[in-house]
Amino acid sequence: MPLTRRKILASGAAVAAAMAAPMLRAQGRPRVVVIGGGAGGATAARYIAKDSDGAIDVTLIEPTRSYYTCFFSNLYLGGFREIDSLAHSYGRLASDHGINVVHDWATGIDRDARTVALAGGGAVPYDRLIVAPGIDFVDGAVPGWSLAAQNAMPHAYKGGSQTELLKARVAAMPEGGTFVMVAPPNPYRCPPGPYERVSMIAHYLREHNPTAKILIADPKEKFSKMALFQEGWNDNYPGMVDRIGPDFGGADVEVRPETMEVVIDGEVVKADACNVIPAMKAGHIVHAAALTEGNWAPVVPATMQSRMDENIHILGDAAAQGDMPKSGFAANSQAKVAAMAVRGALTGSRVFPAKFSNTCWSLIDTDNGVKVGASYTATDEKIASVDSFISQTGETADLRAATYRESLGWYDAIAADMFG
Amino acid sequence: MPVSRTATPRPEMSRRPLRAALLAAWLGGLAATQASGAAADTGTEAALAGGDAARGAELFGQCSGCHQVGVGAVNRVGPHLNGVFDRRAGSVPGFAYSDAMDRMGADGLIWGYRTLDAYLENPRALVSRTRMSYRGMADPGDRADVLAFLRTYSARPSDIPESPPTASDAGHDLDPAILAIQGDPDYGEYLSGECITCHSAQGADTGIPSITRWPEEDFVIALHAYKERLRPHPAMQMIAARLSDEEIAALAAYFGSLTPD
Repeated sequence: MPLTRRKILASGAAVAAAMAAPMLRAQGRPRVVVIGGGAGGATAARYIAKDSDGAIDVTLIEPTRSYYTCFFSNLYLGGFREIDSLAHSYGRLASDHGINVVHDWATGIDRDARTVALAGGGAVPYDRLIVAPGIDFVDGAVPGWSLAAQNAMPHAYKGGSQTELLKARVAAMPEGGTFVMVAPPNPYRCPPGPYERVSMIAHYLREHNPTAKILIADPKEKFSKMALFQEGWNDNYPGMVDRIGPDFGGADVEVRPETMEVVIDGEVVKADACNVIPAMKAGHIVHAAALTEGNWAPVVPATMQSRMDENIHILGDAAAQGDMPKSGFAANSQAKVAAMAVRGALTGSRVFPAKFSNTCWSLIDTDNGVKVGASYTATDEKIASVDSFISQTGETADLRAATYRESLGWYDAIAADMFG
Repeated sequence: MPVSRTATPRPEMSRRPLRAALLAAWLGGLAATQASGAAADTGTEAALAGGDAARGAELFGQCSGCHQVGVGAVNRVGPHLNGVFDRRAGSVPGFAYSDAMDRMGADGLIWGYRTLDAYLENPRALVSRTRMSYRGMADPGDRADVLAFLRTYSARPSDIPESPPTASDAGHDLDPAILAIQGDPDYGEYLSGECITCHSAQGADTGIPSITRWPEEDFVIALHAYKERLRPHPAMQMIAARLSDEEIAALAAYFGSLTPD
């Protein structure tokens, strides 16, 4: 349940508020439309509705009725979570906050008319639009792979069915089989994600298929929490994980989904399960609305407004904002800044300086959690990092277990912050 | 549990006068430090270095109902205190600590002059949900004496007062004026968005501690303790480091304004 400070504050004036609300509606409340119900969009919709006390009409457009978080999906792959524990509904956003939740695809934005077109027909008008569509994949990024191949070689980089499919593929590996991951180039969603995934699949294989091997083809020289993951793999899964970096052809990869082959620097590797995580770009709709420069949508740091259109705010993975990683935590943080800016613009509510923060937890093995985090401020050019921390190699088991427990607390807290 | 703001006096109010007195005492040695600028010679450190172990042995009578120290000491209601200096919090084998103390130990809280002094002075300001039901020792001289006494049971070179690291701490530097700042709860509500991504807005305590409905003073002291890196958690040190005194007061005012329906 949500904080109800405002409700109680209003209790003395409850009668007045109840009478005033219909009048506001009659006069036409300002309209905010949010495209995308993930960590950015759901949070923004909830904060605008909650903090404006009904003064703003909020519509959330999200195609799925059950939202599966991408964060913590690796824990499902490792057997630490049930898939159902990652699913969330939009019921409380509607019932507790009066948000109009529309389960449909947003297919286009008419920036002049200020309307959003829906796949199911019709258009939704807005005064301010918040776009938080997450990521799509760059066509042709991995030769041989396309969305048509995502059954044979899942990306599992959007939550839900792809995650379940990848787990089934790993579970079906023959004894001593080979799992191949094609890792993405920067920038991409959840920088430690591919490597936490390797850890979780290694954990699963150690329990069920201990002679199996994991091979990572990686176009990057370095990756997030690299020393922590490498220490963790050596200590917990010795001999199981091999990574081919760009020095040895890790950036020169082609896949053949029909024969389950991966060609790395000319060498053909037979995969028993293969996870292709292609290069990423902002979700389709921001490209269709001409809000991008290159693969991402540039924003004004202090408000998350599009640099192309001041009536549109872009959140989370899709935004080109500067130093923040593309993470659910970051999207949630940006959403609160945007929500404040939108309320300030539409209702004249107080606007405070933008502050952002991020922490990414990763699980290496049972009760072995690590984290990295940073705080950020808005400059004219970008969201700029001001301070950071990271777990250390050689930490005690107690500290690692406490870090893992922290991540569980965080998951519950951010889920409640998004969905009420 | 839903929480909301209330206009009526909170239950904590009855504890205010005592708490205020304790805080005043805790902060008492600090004003002089502030006035003399950044000099390393703080009241706390000087008092600690000059502690009287014999007098501390008498004062330890307040503690001995629960804690044993010396030859043959064992865990009782509280853990034994042999070798407490440089010991990680929550680490005596066989003693069942509170979750809060376990967590502080896991976060890296090491007992030394500075941390023991803060804990003795107000246990809950340092370890919010400690099980130690001791209201705190207000007088810095008394605490220095008790610590001098305890130090004799932690006989290692690093326990010699002049020897780092235990004697090199800068002491507390929280200005009483900071505690008197009236926070802006509206600003605090906005700032709280950064907190409740991790700390449950509903006050749940699963893996990450609850921060709702704390007395405002405790909240301010705790955040400043992170800001000064007295409390060990790296994420909280980072968050607190960039909060101004006014922002900490605003957060305390906002979270303190939440009470159960």
